[in-house]
Amino acid sequence: MNTLIYRPPGFSLRFIPVWRRNLLVWRKLAVASVIGNIAEPLITLVAFGYGLGSMLQNINGIPYIEFLASGSICLSVMMASSFEALYSAFSRMHVQKTWESLLNTPLELDDIVLAEMLWAASKSMISGLAILLVLFGLGIGLHTSTLLVPPLLFLIGMCFASIALIVNAIAKAYDFFTYYFTLILTPMTFLSGVYYPVTQMPAWLQAIAEYLPLSAAVNLVRPLLLGQYPEHPLRNVMLLTSYCVLAFYLATVLTRRRLLK
Amino acid sequence: MSILTVQDLHKSYGDGDSRHSVIRGLSFSLKRGECYGLLGPNGAGKTTTLKLCLGLTEADSGSISLAGYAIPEQARLARMRIGVVPQIDSLDPDFSVEENLLVYGRYFGMSHAELLARLDWLLEFSSLTAKRTARIGELSGGMKRRLTLARALVNDPDLIFMDEPTTGLDPQARHMIWERLKTLLAAGKTILLTTHFMDEAERLCNRLAVIDHGKMIAEGEPHELIARHIESQVVEVYGDKAVAWSEGVTDLADRFERSGETVFCYTHHPDLLLQNLAGMTGLRYLHRPANLEDLFLKLTGREMRD
Repeated sequence: MNTLIYRPPGFSLRFIPVWRRNLLVWRKLAVASVIGNIAEPLITLVAFGYGLGSMLQNINGIPYIEFLASGSICLSVMMASSFEALYSAFSRMHVQKTWESLLNTPLELDDIVLAEMLWAASKSMISGLAILLVLFGLGIGLHTSTLLVPPLLFLIGMCFASIALIVNAIAKAYDFFTYYFTLILTPMTFLSGVYYPVTQMPAWLQAIAEYLPLSAAVNLVRPLLLGQYPEHPLRNVMLLTSYCVLAFYLATVLTRRRLLK
Repeated sequence: MSILTVQDLHKSYGDGDSRHSVIRGLSFSLKRGECYGLLGPNGAGKTTTLKLCLGLTEADSGSISLAGYAIPEQARLARMRIGVVPQIDSLDPDFSVEENLLVYGRYFGMSHAELLARLDWLLEFSSLTAKRTARIGELSGGMKRRLTLARALVNDPDLIFMDEPTTGLDPQARHMIWERLKTLLAAGKTILLTTHFMDEAERLCNRLAVIDHGKMIAEGEPHELIARHIESQVVEVYGDKAVAWSEGVTDLADRFERSGETVFCYTHHPDLLLQNLAGMTGLRYLHRPANLEDLFLKLTGREMRD
């Protein structure tokens, strides 16, 4: 019994109809959803970028608004992906019992968890791309290096979706997600160089920050949007990938334990 | 060959002291084209049995063969041939009636063309053609059940699992579901039905099993089971003097059961009992043939189960 619970996640193309199901629902509300997803980073950009930016001028030679924009896009992808893999996935799993009806078809639970993870990543990438378009309008990120950003946004989305699915698997009710946001994601945001450089923090916090997935995301995306190339691309991509793979495995195991009883 | 065979199934939950058996050595098998009922009080193990048969949870021991496939190893292949009407409504509230069927069909790997070809028949069968584009929230309870039934038929299954298909429906809606199930049986489908309603089981099932505490306690055709296990006639006597009355007439029936102020008298020869009652004042009574509910209560007891 236990060997079945702990086996590696199964991969089958049968996840596609489940992913399509979520896409179909999203398409009905797409405009509202994208506006919602880009409104928050835009407000942050305007409020802090212009407000605070007029006092700060620049950070290490980078205009503050560009510094902030390149961090905010990672933050937004993290948030969009986490929301989808927490609130939306939980409502499909626990409230609407959508997953239960899926399990009565030739789908396996592993197909469903995979589809949810890839869907949350897809959706967060879509809102990341929408933000990117707005940044282009502001004259930010108009560089060939920006072409590498979309696949990175998808990787960031997959990483945070996988972590969120662990939380989803152990949640009893929606309230539980508040802890995840306030105790994990919010502190991580302040440690990951979204609003100010990591080098402003004490050394021990910098040491922690080096291993946070959002730091890795910012370290990769920020230089690309500024027309440069990241300093340690392999290290940061590997860090995000490791978080994604380990979290996805754990999420699959915990979801099996929850539902296949 | 039987379409579903369950042999010596055991399943328990929990570890250590909290470990408890839910299924204890259950065996049964379904013939193609029959409606087989699983009856039992709450907690008897009906829903667990269905989950085990679908490969959604693993048995501690025993074997299951579904549509020719070993469960749980080949559950995915087996589920291609099965339709499921779950106990809890799990229709997709974000979609219309039509979209619910189309999206569900894709989980079976059906192409859009295949699904469109089947859609009209499914809507017709569930009398939902007029509701084709309606959202789920606009449907009545009966319509939702019919749509859940249509959804279970999207892959043209050989065997349909129905977990309490008419719970919570009004009599009109129940009769309509029964009529649809009979149509399916006439078309050669096999049905595995769990229900709390004895009239439903009596009406639909060719054979049924009464299970309690995870064990089978009786199996057979409804009428044959009634004849085998209980007296053919029942006289129900109501009123505050019924219990006192029954204590004076113990030789007039084979068996008496009390439930509050009602006494159930079971006998093959009710004539003397009825004569006695005709002379009594302050007692109301009803004489009827024994039914499946009497059998069920005899086998599983009258105490409440939660």
